[in-house]
Amino acid sequence: MNDESLLSARGLSLHFGAIPALVDVDVDLWPGEVLAIVGESGSGKTTLLNVLSGRMAADAGVVWYRDPAGRLVDVHAMPAPALRTLHRSDWGFVHQNPRDNLRMAVSAGGNVGERLMAQGARHYANIRAEAMRWLEEVEIDADRIDDLPRTFSGGMLQRLQIARTLVTHPRLVFMDEPTGGLDVSVQARLLDLIRSLVARFSIAVVLVTHDIAVARLLAQRIVVMQRGRVVETGLTDQVLDDPQHPYTQLLVSSVLQA
Amino acid sequence: MTQPILQTEGLSKSFTLHLQGGVRIPVLADVDLTLLPGECVALSGPSGAGKSTLMRSLYGNYRAGSGRILVRHDGAMVDIASADPRTIIAVRDRTLGYVSQFLRVVPRVPALDVVAEVLVGRGVAVARARDAAHDLLLRLNIPPRLHAVPPATFSGGEQQRVNLARGFIGAHPVLLLDEPTASLDGANSAVVIEMIRQAKARGVAIVGIFHDAEVRDQVADRLFPVMPLQDAA
Repeated sequence: MNDESLLSARGLSLHFGAIPALVDVDVDLWPGEVLAIVGESGSGKTTLLNVLSGRMAADAGVVWYRDPAGRLVDVHAMPAPALRTLHRSDWGFVHQNPRDNLRMAVSAGGNVGERLMAQGARHYANIRAEAMRWLEEVEIDADRIDDLPRTFSGGMLQRLQIARTLVTHPRLVFMDEPTGGLDVSVQARLLDLIRSLVARFSIAVVLVTHDIAVARLLAQRIVVMQRGRVVETGLTDQVLDDPQHPYTQLLVSSVLQA
Repeated sequence: MTQPILQTEGLSKSFTLHLQGGVRIPVLADVDLTLLPGECVALSGPSGAGKSTLMRSLYGNYRAGSGRILVRHDGAMVDIASADPRTIIAVRDRTLGYVSQFLRVVPRVPALDVVAEVLVGRGVAVARARDAAHDLLLRLNIPPRLHAVPPATFSGGEQQRVNLARGFIGAHPVLLLDEPTASLDGANSAVVIEMIRQAKARGVAIVGIFHDAEVRDQVADRLFPVMPLQDAA
């Protein structure tokens, strides 16, 4: 077992005025592992995702990332260009709203290929072939490659965003409610897709979700947040089947049985 | 002398229900269970006595309150009660298998892959894993036309057999079986009994809950009583 974590945060704190968004939060993520961050709206889970990924600064604490060369880098002390490079290659970010990540005036293939070009790929035929392969991976017909994303359904847009994110073979992907706002049947397909791609390519994921069923399906470990604090953490099935903290018990008991 | 492959020492477990005013329900107290390789121990006791709680605690699905749950994993004893999540995942992957009463179905994943993914997760080639899953499903009388179908629409007995295939394909040295024949007819129960016997002959240690006394008598070497705490006191 690899004992070296991929991402480690210690003592993260952040206040929005008088509101504590993060209070002394520690998080560890190991290579190839899916970690779910659950909690209700306002619990601080999206803020934590933004701080872990360096998109937002914390008042206190540190986030370490182990780069492919094995060096630990302080995410919040990195020069902005280095962080951008990281986000374009080794990292990915899947937003709840795919329009936040996709370029709606650029073709589906262009959206996927753009990330490769940002990494330095220049050979047009190779880029197109790789884009086509990734459209197929996310179950978008190859003959849609030249279509604009605006002609895509919500579920297709989300799959296109995933293709765009994974084309550079990131080691770490941050996901913010990736199935939020989708129909249940579309959600099931997307979940299955994420589940199999993440396993096949051994991608580490920090997944923010308010949906406990999504966490159970995708994540090996879970972090439960309430009012900016981590109130419980552990093995996903143990935390959900034998919750110890009052808030986790409330969260689990509030789920409707289908 | 043969060394235990699984051993609990003073295992206790209670539930604290914070939403019910913090009422504390003790379920297990000072459980000392020893399991040797090739042995099948049947948990016995009335409904609600804590048999499933004990089983789930052994698997790390429930958090032990106190005591130790030692499992021989990769040649060393690991304490499930205190191990970190990643260690428990590794123990479950290679050492400790569990067949729950109900299959937790994943949308869109066909029965064949529900079973095969146990091996794929260990790095076995997909084609080989699927071959093994195919053979095991056939043995459990799941016909090939169902292999490509997600089990959500299967009958209770069919889902149970997919679940059993998933549990047995990994050839774990320790197997936990929670009512493995509960929704099966006589012919399918007989298949499962034979699979349990063959596993035992290979040295697999089994802890089981068998509602059906006939099945239990055919596979269990001994009974381990689990009594409600009020009665035991």
